[in-house]
Amino acid sequence: MFSLDLLLDAVVIGVLLGCFYGAVSLGLSVSFGLLDVPHVAHPAFLVLASYAVYFLNENYAVDPLVAGILITPVFFLFGLATYRLYYETFEKRGSDAGVRGIAFFFGVAFIIEVLIILQFGVDQRSVTADYIGKALRLGDIRIPYRLLVAFAIATALTVLLTLYLSRTFMGRAIRAVAQDQEALRLMGTNPVKIKQWAFGIATAVLGIAGALLIIVAPVDPTLGRAYIGRTFCVVVMAGLGSMSGTLVAAIILGVAESIVLTMFGASWAPAISFAILLGILAVRPQGLFGRRP
Amino acid sequence: MSKKVSKPRSISRRRLLATAGAALAASPLGVDLLQAQQAPIRIGMSMPQTGGLAGGGKASLLGIEIWRDDVNAKGGLLGGRKVELVVYDDKSSAAETPAIYSKLIDVDKVDLLFAPYATVPTAPIMPMVKQRGLLLIGNFSFQVNSKIGHDMWFNNAPWGPPDSWAASFLDIGQKAGGKSMALLTADQEFAQNLAKTAREVAAKRSLPMLFDQTYPPNTVEFSSIIRALKATKPDIVYVASYPPDSAGILRAVNEIGVGDSVKVFGGGMVGLQFGAVMENMGSLLNGVVNYNSWLPEKSMYFEGTKEFFDKYTKRAVEAKVDPLGYYLAPFGYASGQLIEQAIKKVGSLDQKALAKYLRENTHNTIVGPIAFSPDGERKETAVLQAQFRGVVDKNMEQFRSSGKQVILFPENLKSGELVAPFEAARK
Repeated sequence: MFSLDLLLDAVVIGVLLGCFYGAVSLGLSVSFGLLDVPHVAHPAFLVLASYAVYFLNENYAVDPLVAGILITPVFFLFGLATYRLYYETFEKRGSDAGVRGIAFFFGVAFIIEVLIILQFGVDQRSVTADYIGKALRLGDIRIPYRLLVAFAIATALTVLLTLYLSRTFMGRAIRAVAQDQEALRLMGTNPVKIKQWAFGIATAVLGIAGALLIIVAPVDPTLGRAYIGRTFCVVVMAGLGSMSGTLVAAIILGVAESIVLTMFGASWAPAISFAILLGILAVRPQGLFGRRP
Repeated sequence: MSKKVSKPRSISRRRLLATAGAALAASPLGVDLLQAQQAPIRIGMSMPQTGGLAGGGKASLLGIEIWRDDVNAKGGLLGGRKVELVVYDDKSSAAETPAIYSKLIDVDKVDLLFAPYATVPTAPIMPMVKQRGLLLIGNFSFQVNSKIGHDMWFNNAPWGPPDSWAASFLDIGQKAGGKSMALLTADQEFAQNLAKTAREVAAKRSLPMLFDQTYPPNTVEFSSIIRALKATKPDIVYVASYPPDSAGILRAVNEIGVGDSVKVFGGGMVGLQFGAVMENMGSLLNGVVNYNSWLPEKSMYFEGTKEFFDKYTKRAVEAKVDPLGYYLAPFGYASGQLIEQAIKKVGSLDQKALAKYLRENTHNTIVGPIAFSPDGERKETAVLQAQFRGVVDKNMEQFRSSGKQVILFPENLKSGELVAPFEAARK
């Protein structure tokens, strides 16, 4: 059943969905893409942020987006502390290579999951806001406002992060760490402090992204597991460390998923997304926007 | 020849204690003390207390615990033996249950077995239970005995014959003028079983299937799927979804709409039976016709039902489980009632005799009378199809009053008529 209306609708929804995927992957693009930290707890941090937003929305009627901004500084500090712990226990000893670093973050992810269950129970949680549950009509197309919010936030976050990484001293230092830590050390700068700062930034971004997660769909304590594959797929497809590339890769993924869901059947969607990833990596091993090593 | 001289009778300390002991035993207090010393009747089970099924598992366990406390308060079973539950967390995983049930049988040596909540954790223990010839009271699993054919399996769920679920929903749709259908199914065993029967029933009735899609787990956004479904203009939309998706589907329906052609929407959406999910979805639920097991409508109250919910409501707060507890908790209690009645009639824990009694009789429980067919499922379906009406946002208490979920099926429990089409019922 092919119809131009349906295809157009699928593309529009796909772009918006892709922006949402981009927003939840940006933090990982910094922590994994730039810093090489195998941060598999990234989606668990994201879900934790969603529950923090839920707590503020439920108890103090704070708008989810405002709540996301409010928790950002707390998440920044949380990121600093997590990286310091990771550095002291693994990276410093040189034992982060291979599965041990991943094991650390898997452990952190499980601890977060259990803590959420103990505090909030196992049920799904959602937030209320005027823009949730309503849609914008554009001719025959209806666009959910919550996806438009995701689009706006993802674009803003990408622009801000790109400017930060290219225009500020700390931002450039973070990029330098990603390229050559040893050179940075020789220039008298402590790469560990810069990495810790960058990890803080990556975690702070999750404050807002967590708000988006619970705005787009209800969350439960184990939801993070569903996002491990998706977020890593976006970051790898983009080319490690490219912010705008992350958004573009996420949009490609979102559009592909949406078109497949609409036109060919839902069961094919995950396979198509990962087939695109494999196809891109076959042609450009460094990802869409990554630099050749 | 020695002569045995008996001493004059004097009350020794030992005799005094023995006499006092006998007197105590003969008194009502003494009876209690003696009974307490008898070995308890131990019922073993695993229950999902963490993982995806934990919400249901915890509520179900609370229902069983309330029964245990009630039966013990009445003096226990078999002349005063108290009931004790031996429970392990199976983490909602099918991989855990075979080892847990082996331990329950061989190490803990429990007297009776209850199955865990849900299909997936129950399925792998069925061959072992059959091989050992043990009685098993099922807990809301769907068609796990259809291929095993264990004659000592008794499911507490109201399912009945496998096709009755889809048939009742399609009946409602067809009576409302539905002539075609769409099917949206989660790629998950329980939902797939429901969809399979729905396809069979639709084929028997020559209902054209305009849309038949299975979506994978972890689908985030349903707007595209709902748009595609809407484009086919079906009359009846049967959705077999799992809790994380049910909310996403209804949200997309609210935003995108499903079109004016749709007479009824819902049928097999898991999650819409739980208090927290219903509270979260609020007004999105309006108009949806969905399955359920128990609802606070007049027709659903039997002997002991009200008393059970009075106790459940108080204990649910402490236990941090579903505050409403309609879907599973009363059936957990009913599992206990089934076994209680069987033990009382049989007068022993002989599992074959208990199974024979359960198979051949009708049992009165707080969820109504229960009679089993040879496969251990209900003889007749008691699955409700009910329509959400006048639900407002963020209000759990509203679901305690009648009229929020009007029962359309079965006929003997009906509490109202369908409002159709779906778009009109949503207003």
